[in-house]
Amino acid sequence: MNPVRALGAGFLKFLAANGRLTVFALNGVSHCVRPPFYPRMILRQLIDIGYYSLPVVALTTLFAGMVLALQSYTGFSRFSAEGAIPSVVALSMTRELSPVLAGLMIAGRIGASMAAELGTMRVTEQVDALETLSTNPIKYLIVPRLLAGVTMLPFLVLIGDILGIFGGYVVSVYKLGFNEQTYLINTWNFIESQDVISGLVKAAVFGFLVALMGCYHGFNSRGGAQGVGAATTNAVVSASILILIANYMITEIFFAQ
Amino acid sequence: MTNTPAPKTPKIRLKDVHKSFGDKRILQGFSLDVMPQESVVIIGGSGTGKSVMLKCILGLLEPESGEIDIDGVRLSTLSRGEREQVNAKIGMLFQNAALFDSLPVWENVAFGLIQGKKMRRGPAKEIAIEKLAQVGLTADVGALSPAELSGGMRKRVGLARAIAGDPDIIFFDEPTTGLDPIMGHVIDELIVKCVKQVGATAITITHDMASARRIADRMAMLYQGKVIWHGPVTNIDNSGNAYVEQFITGSAEGPIKMELRKL
Ligand SMILES: Nc1ncnc2c1ncn2[C@@H]1O[C@H](COP(=O)(O)OP(=O)(O)OP(=O)(O)O)[C@@H](O)[C@H]1O
Ligand SMILES: [Mg+2]
Repeated sequence: MNPVRALGAGFLKFLAANGRLTVFALNGVSHCVRPPFYPRMILRQLIDIGYYSLPVVALTTLFAGMVLALQSYTGFSRFSAEGAIPSVVALSMTRELSPVLAGLMIAGRIGASMAAELGTMRVTEQVDALETLSTNPIKYLIVPRLLAGVTMLPFLVLIGDILGIFGGYVVSVYKLGFNEQTYLINTWNFIESQDVISGLVKAAVFGFLVALMGCYHGFNSRGGAQGVGAATTNAVVSASILILIANYMITEIFFAQ
Repeated sequence: MTNTPAPKTPKIRLKDVHKSFGDKRILQGFSLDVMPQESVVIIGGSGTGKSVMLKCILGLLEPESGEIDIDGVRLSTLSRGEREQVNAKIGMLFQNAALFDSLPVWENVAFGLIQGKKMRRGPAKEIAIEKLAQVGLTADVGALSPAELSGGMRKRVGLARAIAGDPDIIFFDEPTTGLDPIMGHVIDELIVKCVKQVGATAITITHDMASARRIADRMAMLYQGKVIWHGPVTNIDNSGNAYVEQFITGSAEGPIKMELRKL
């Protein structure tokens, strides 16, 4: 095949894949607002994403906050700017680190398991069986996951914000010799609601992306165990990349003057 | 082939259905009428497209051309919602059972009742246990997860799920494969009961000729994407069709050539 044709074919394939994904996403979202709903399935996903991801997200953000304080101290103490540490920790955690880290951890934990579960259901004809039992698989399988992704990630990120700031506080007070009260007052005075809100908006978007990628790749997987494996990898990789891209775009929207 | 003009509309009608995957042509002009309360058995070689045909009727696969009617209604003209209503009348046993492995066995059987018919879980569970008993499984099997079952048990749970909603139309894809001969017999009787007493219309795919003779009113043989012979089950031994004869005797000699390569 000549290179121009190969390029053209590749581009068309890319467009087709994007089209399919967009149709899938719109379909999923539109079913979110149309009954019937499956409360049991929604509850199961809420617990799976919200509750069982708590340890992972908590540990990640806690240590991120701690290391942030430590590293900023090394840098800032050279020009006597240690006083900026509380605000640096608070801003970085709420605006960037907590949403992005939680998003990536959830992409690995939840995106992969969604793709594997739905992929297995697809290749063992369980999705077909749903159709024959008058149950729309989009409503039964996809909608609960999308809803849980969008609602639970902000919750996790909020907890991540608190733990990250707490981690910075612990290191600053017990290791770097900061005054407890000054640290807290500095943090409180500096942080603005917009910082937290932008982080939560990011979280909701990331949660949607992770669930969408997990569902899309799992739901469309083909060809046995190998196909399910490929779907799982694709779900995690594409969700992670999309999270980083979306993160930049949302930051641009919120903070570009 | 004797085909007296039918007075009633057929329950299921497939006319000139074509389905291929890529350039692999599977169904090439498949036509079949199934009358109400009739039990039709489809026979045919492995990989000839029997399961694909059932999936086309269920709308899980879309044929490239041809018409499929249920109760005289052209399926291709239906909206998604109407299609779901039609599917609600159909029970399907998948070849590999396709049980939901995140749910216990009884919930698998009761699934169509709870999710489709919006029945409460308590009464649905009772029906599920009763249907499990009909396929020879005890109530404590109901609490197990599908992964804990043997192959034959899975098949029977799939069967219980297919008949749980007392459907109008039932498709059985190899219901007795993997069962011992006695249990196979029990399942055959259950299928006959569904048709004769409950009044369902059934299409069964099977490779088991003894079972086919017990279940069928009529048999159809699928070969190279078409129905090459169909007729009452009593005619099966003198069909006058060399393909059918070879198939029911299972002889390696005859017009059907298995595509094998010499080692
Ligand atoms: N989703 C699919 N994609 C591609 N090819 C398929 C698909 N489903 C079935 N086929 C092909 O269609 C052909 C018929 O498959 P089908 O499952 O209908 O066979 P069958 O008649 O039910 O055989 P068996 O008696 O072994 O169950 C096979 O050659 C198979 O490879
Ligand atoms: Mg088959």
